[in-house]
Amino acid sequence: MATDITFEQVNYWYQAGTPFAVHALKDINLKIKPGSFTAVIGQTGSGKSTLIQHFNALLKPTSGTVTIGDRVITNATKNKHLKPLRKKVGMVFQFPENQLFEETVIKDIAFGPQNFGVSEADAQALAKRMAGEVGLDESLLSRSPFDLSGGQMRRVAIAGVLALEPEVLVLDEPTAGLDPRGRSEIMQLVTRLREEQGLTIVLITHQMDDVANYADHVIVMGHGKLLKQGSPRAIFSDPAWLEDHELGLPSATKLAYELQQGGFHFDQMPLKIAELADQIVPQLPKGAITHE
Amino acid sequence: MNKVMFGRFIPGHSWVHRMDPRAKLVLSFLYIAVVFFANDFWTYLIMTLLLLASVVASAIPLGVYIRGLMPLFWLMIFTVLIQVFFGVGGHVYWQWGWLVVSQDGLNSAGLILMRFVLIILVSTILTFTTEPLEIADGIESLLSPLKKLHFPVATLALMLSLALRFVPTLMDEAEKIMNAQRSRGVDFGEGGLRQRVRTIVPILIPLFVNAFNRAIEISTAMEARGYQDGENRTKYRQLKWHRVDTASLVIYVISLSAVIGLRYFS
Repeated sequence: MATDITFEQVNYWYQAGTPFAVHALKDINLKIKPGSFTAVIGQTGSGKSTLIQHFNALLKPTSGTVTIGDRVITNATKNKHLKPLRKKVGMVFQFPENQLFEETVIKDIAFGPQNFGVSEADAQALAKRMAGEVGLDESLLSRSPFDLSGGQMRRVAIAGVLALEPEVLVLDEPTAGLDPRGRSEIMQLVTRLREEQGLTIVLITHQMDDVANYADHVIVMGHGKLLKQGSPRAIFSDPAWLEDHELGLPSATKLAYELQQGGFHFDQMPLKIAELADQIVPQLPKGAITHE
Repeated sequence: MNKVMFGRFIPGHSWVHRMDPRAKLVLSFLYIAVVFFANDFWTYLIMTLLLLASVVASAIPLGVYIRGLMPLFWLMIFTVLIQVFFGVGGHVYWQWGWLVVSQDGLNSAGLILMRFVLIILVSTILTFTTEPLEIADGIESLLSPLKKLHFPVATLALMLSLALRFVPTLMDEAEKIMNAQRSRGVDFGEGGLRQRVRTIVPILIPLFVNAFNRAIEISTAMEARGYQDGENRTKYRQLKWHRVDTASLVIYVISLSAVIGLRYFS
């Protein structure tokens, strides 16, 4: 069954009813469609992380309703029986390598499925498969997770979430602090999972290039409000608005705007490097491209 | 975890907020010591009025203080009940087997409850109005005479301020780890004792490992910035004794002497 996530007039207050109360989400309405790739962008402190913690009921709305698949979560929802939701919506938090704890990598990956009742043998087999999926060498499986490099630890953590076999995968800045190669590998992994397994992806990121390259839907958050949502093309079509909200453009789009001021013409603002190249080449003066 | 008000700092600019942390520490200790001298209506009236005056001077609503008492509610009920049923002496109102409700029992129960509430409230005033690092500075300054006995006051103060600084960070981290493990299907606070203890492991190990890593990073960063233990350091935050502090001290000393005076000379 496909799991879609719908927010209806969701408000969330941290520490409601105390002098420290903070209105973190204000009247949010949104829908995450099955199989979509949604990017959530916004400045630090705009409510992105609070928003995604509603996706598997780690937080419950102070008012309004969140519908996850066929479950409706409101303020009155009890903490019991939320486990099936947690299996449907897998969460990869920021710096997920900080959650590893088992003696060996394989045990750590198998920990999640075992919590959901998968037998130890099956969980281990699943763990082996997921380790391969995220590109971990089989020789690492019996090592302690604390002996691994930062990038490898992050893969173990992601494999641990994938082993739950979720339908929706939520990632909070999965590439933060990784080197360029690690970053592109993680992003490729995410897109491959989406293509092969039909996973729904929700990605929080500050990398506008990732948004342009992979997302088909963008949610812009600011000061706890949902400021805008739409296709990447629609979101990135208004650089002045983005500037006002302290957000950037993908590098290809940025270059295109600069070239436009220098006399180039674009029928449609390019989002990816390849689109940019396709549109520039016909406009170059004849003989400008030489092949040696 | 977020609902706990006890021991937190609430920013403000009130009379009490502007006081020197040393003054607040000394006054709190004095107050707590004198609470044990109070023994009748008049002495408790003075103690209560002094406390209420301090609460008003802190410009934080009384309701917030009351909420600070809530986590200790059951402990208070428990001690009061023990006193009521097991205190012996004076007129006996009710008896059933070895459970006795007597005059002295009721008296001491009232006494204990009053002491409990007063002591907790006075320490809550301190923590509500004083930043943790100020408290650490205050303690360091008050302990400084111990330097003469070669007691490592500066090291202790450093450890104290580092510890206080990382309490909220560690709390945040614990919560993040809990959420991550919850997402991996761990049920906290469910099942029997054995089950519950087992669910602590996936929080505790990452928390310890991260604390070790953080300690290494901090010590490296401190050394890189020229920190050497035992060297004489200057201080950035200077504690200053103001007129507010002297005035508060005078008020406290007068009222507290009145309590002791009433107890021994009336």
